Amino acid sequence: MSAHSTQAKEPFLRMVRRDAISSRKSWGIRAAAFLLSLVTGGIVILLLGHNPISVYFSMVKGAWGSQTVIYETIKIAVPLLITAIGISFAFKMKFWNIGGEGQILVGAVAAGAFGLFTAHIFPKLPLVLLMMLAAIVAGGLYGLLPAVCKSKWGTNETLFTLMLNYIALAFIKYLMNGPWKAPGSSYPKIAMLVPGARLTKVLGVHWGWILALVLVVASYIYFNRTKQGYEISVVGESNNTARYAGINVGKVFRRTMFLSGALCGLVGMLQFAGSDYTITEGTAGGVGFTAITVAWLAKMNPFGMLVVSVFIAMLERGSNAIQTQFKIPASAADLLIGIILFFMLGCEFFISYRLIGRGKEEHHA
Amino acid sequence: MSGAAEYAVKMHHVTKTFGKVTANKDVNLELRKGEILALLGENGSGKTTLMNMLSGIYFPDHGEIYVKGEEVTIRSPKDSFTLGIGMIHQHFKLVDVLTAAENIVLGMEGKATVNRREINKKVRELAEKYGFDLEPSKKIYNMSVSEKQTVEILKVLYKGADILILDEPTAVLTPQETDRLFAVLRNMKKDGKSIIIITHKLNEVLAISDRVAILRKGEYIGVVNTSETDQTQLTEMMVGRPISLEIERPLVERGEKRLQVIDLTCLNGDGVKALDNVSFEAYGGEILGIAGIAGSGQKELCEIIAGLYPSIGGSVLYSGNHEGVPVQERILGLKPDEIVKKGISMAFVPEDRLGMGLVAGMDMTDNVMLRSYKSNKGIFVDRRNPKELAERLVDELEIVTPGVDTPVGRLSGGNVQKVLLGREIACHPSVLIVAYPVRGLDINSSYRIYDLLNEQKKKGVAVIFIGEDLDVLMQLSDRIMVMCGGKVSGIVDPREVTKEDIGLMMIHAGDPKSGSGNEEVTA
Repeated sequence: MSAHSTQAKEPFLRMVRRDAISSRKSWGIRAAAFLLSLVTGGIVILLLGHNPISVYFSMVKGAWGSQTVIYETIKIAVPLLITAIGISFAFKMKFWNIGGEGQILVGAVAAGAFGLFTAHIFPKLPLVLLMMLAAIVAGGLYGLLPAVCKSKWGTNETLFTLMLNYIALAFIKYLMNGPWKAPGSSYPKIAMLVPGARLTKVLGVHWGWILALVLVVASYIYFNRTKQGYEISVVGESNNTARYAGINVGKVFRRTMFLSGALCGLVGMLQFAGSDYTITEGTAGGVGFTAITVAWLAKMNPFGMLVVSVFIAMLERGSNAIQTQFKIPASAADLLIGIILFFMLGCEFFISYRLIGRGKEEHHA
Repeated sequence: MSGAAEYAVKMHHVTKTFGKVTANKDVNLELRKGEILALLGENGSGKTTLMNMLSGIYFPDHGEIYVKGEEVTIRSPKDSFTLGIGMIHQHFKLVDVLTAAENIVLGMEGKATVNRREINKKVRELAEKYGFDLEPSKKIYNMSVSEKQTVEILKVLYKGADILILDEPTAVLTPQETDRLFAVLRNMKKDGKSIIIITHKLNEVLAISDRVAILRKGEYIGVVNTSETDQTQLTEMMVGRPISLEIERPLVERGEKRLQVIDLTCLNGDGVKALDNVSFEAYGGEILGIAGIAGSGQKELCEIIAGLYPSIGGSVLYSGNHEGVPVQERILGLKPDEIVKKGISMAFVPEDRLGMGLVAGMDMTDNVMLRSYKSNKGIFVDRRNPKELAERLVDELEIVTPGVDTPVGRLSGGNVQKVLLGREIACHPSVLIVAYPVRGLDINSSYRIYDLLNEQKKKGVAVIFIGEDLDVLMQLSDRIMVMCGGKVSGIVDPREVTKEDIGLMMIHAGDPKSGSGNEEVTA
């Protein structure tokens, strides 16, 4: 047919939404994106004057090469995973909780209140339980606040949770400089947790990793098998439908945000009592934000989050390793992580959409 | 090309696909100069897609478009304007706080300043030329739907369009307004404009058009001269087989009073009364039709009864049976879950199916569960029973779906409505409220929905049917309550009044021209 005359002036590129995509094809796209990110990162490494293959190799080795580094990698993955699960509670109902950082910090502070000042009163088990409980309640309440305001006055949760991060951070600075300043220290810092109160190690890493695995399964069941999980999905899809079905939307906001904050708060306690043994401005260390990436990449699936958080932990560990081994500056190593994540997130576009070039026909199965 | 110039628009072998869906397949369409062409087809037959390729919203995958004899490429709405094509969409795109004239000149090239007196004069002249009734300095937010439509049409004419496309223009109009619109369209035709009118109402096609082009499932079926055809032939071409257009109204003895609404009043978002002392009764075994221009308070009325919208006065009384025990309750102010807890079986099919009645991203099982998941004991949900119910609905209502685990948002409009209505009926309601249940549905699905409603009526359910198509309302309902501006203009027996009577009641509240404006109706 004489169709060429219109096609000659056709738009250069068109975007077409895909109807459905086979899982083989979508994984193919992801694999291609990963390879492309390695190539792009490789160019950066070449520009820095190193051999990309040996740099990548030492990244992997830096994350998995020895028992010590494996422990370190897992120690990074655990808070990331639990925070991601916590955040996904809120995200599943389209409540944009970007206050993971703040919730982690208040959790750490609450745990610190018991860990630092009552360690001489309680034996280890009740003390650890107390720290956990305090962290869960504190994080939960810190998450509950924006939910209450949203359900009562319709406030914007994104701004609200973000601002709460800075409040928590400033509060910690205040504690470091004032009431909780370690006695005898010349610069502002909070005292160390006494060794007797630190979390027990199981297979070389504090038992937070077991808790994380339990939470993966538990949250999966919660999301998919319970009434409350079902309500979260309905609210996330449409507040109107939820109201129509007799679901109290405000109540679901509040309940779910408490859980979301509580899990983040728990992370603060694990970081404090299992990893850092003190509280600093870096206790959350961006985990609350990186966890958003984890949750999105895993499409809110807890098992997916397990894989993604380990992957990101590996990248972080690996980038530490190449910093020392190749004297690659930290910023360049972060750049590599950024490139890989950019490609992995970006390829989701090509999974949802197809691009059609000028003059190309559309073919269908 | 000899003869090509007779055609204002010629679309030649045009194909457009979206993913796997072929919206238009090898379609040929010719619009002669100075004619009114009706583009007829069921919902989803590709009428709007085809026209959107003329107005520059979509670009065809294949085929050529000729305008006034020349082959053209329409890449954007701007290209389309340049060619003199103007499309009036179903959803108006007007700036509320500006006047009619300001909206009309909006986006036109010109000087930095606006001479309001001059443009008002120009707009008024244009309106008078074609017989529109419009005050150019009136603000849009003070306008009725029909006036807004007039502004949209004038906007296109002002820009100099001589090929006009109207997408379902009568869907929002009363019968009288429709007649006025048609008179204007005839004036425009006399002036040499070429017009395409998209519609699926057969009587209107016959009333206004010169020729009718028919699409079915994206394919071009043919074109007929209006003077040589009738409703039966058009339906057959549109649906693909002969179909009876009669809507049944089974005779059922009127049952007990199920719902009594007394002096119900509520405010809309702006603090204006959306309902003003609305009173009526609904009985078992009847279909109570509710007619009115869109936005006359129908939405608020059903949402208040369903417990989803606040009222400021009045009461709603329910009487029925719950497991053999008579239940009498005041339900005004109760939340949906509280209504269920009182043992009241009321079902509501809202206007916004995927935004309120169903969850688009969830599968049928999860959607069917929406009404019943709370009844399960413990913290877990039971998906076994809902799944069985979903499978039964697929069988009984002939729902076309790849499976009960396909998200309902992917189903076609008719199937979505069957899922929703099927779920509501499965609750064995004694009051069933349906808002615009056949909007956007094809003929087959619409008639299936009417049958389902009649079945419920025969079972003794009080059915409240909020509709927009007066022909359907008059054939299906036992009584019709007409609303206007939040007030009840009257409750009439459709067998005793004409469509025009109801049309008048829709625009004049409390004008009981029909004589039977009280609630006493001989059943």
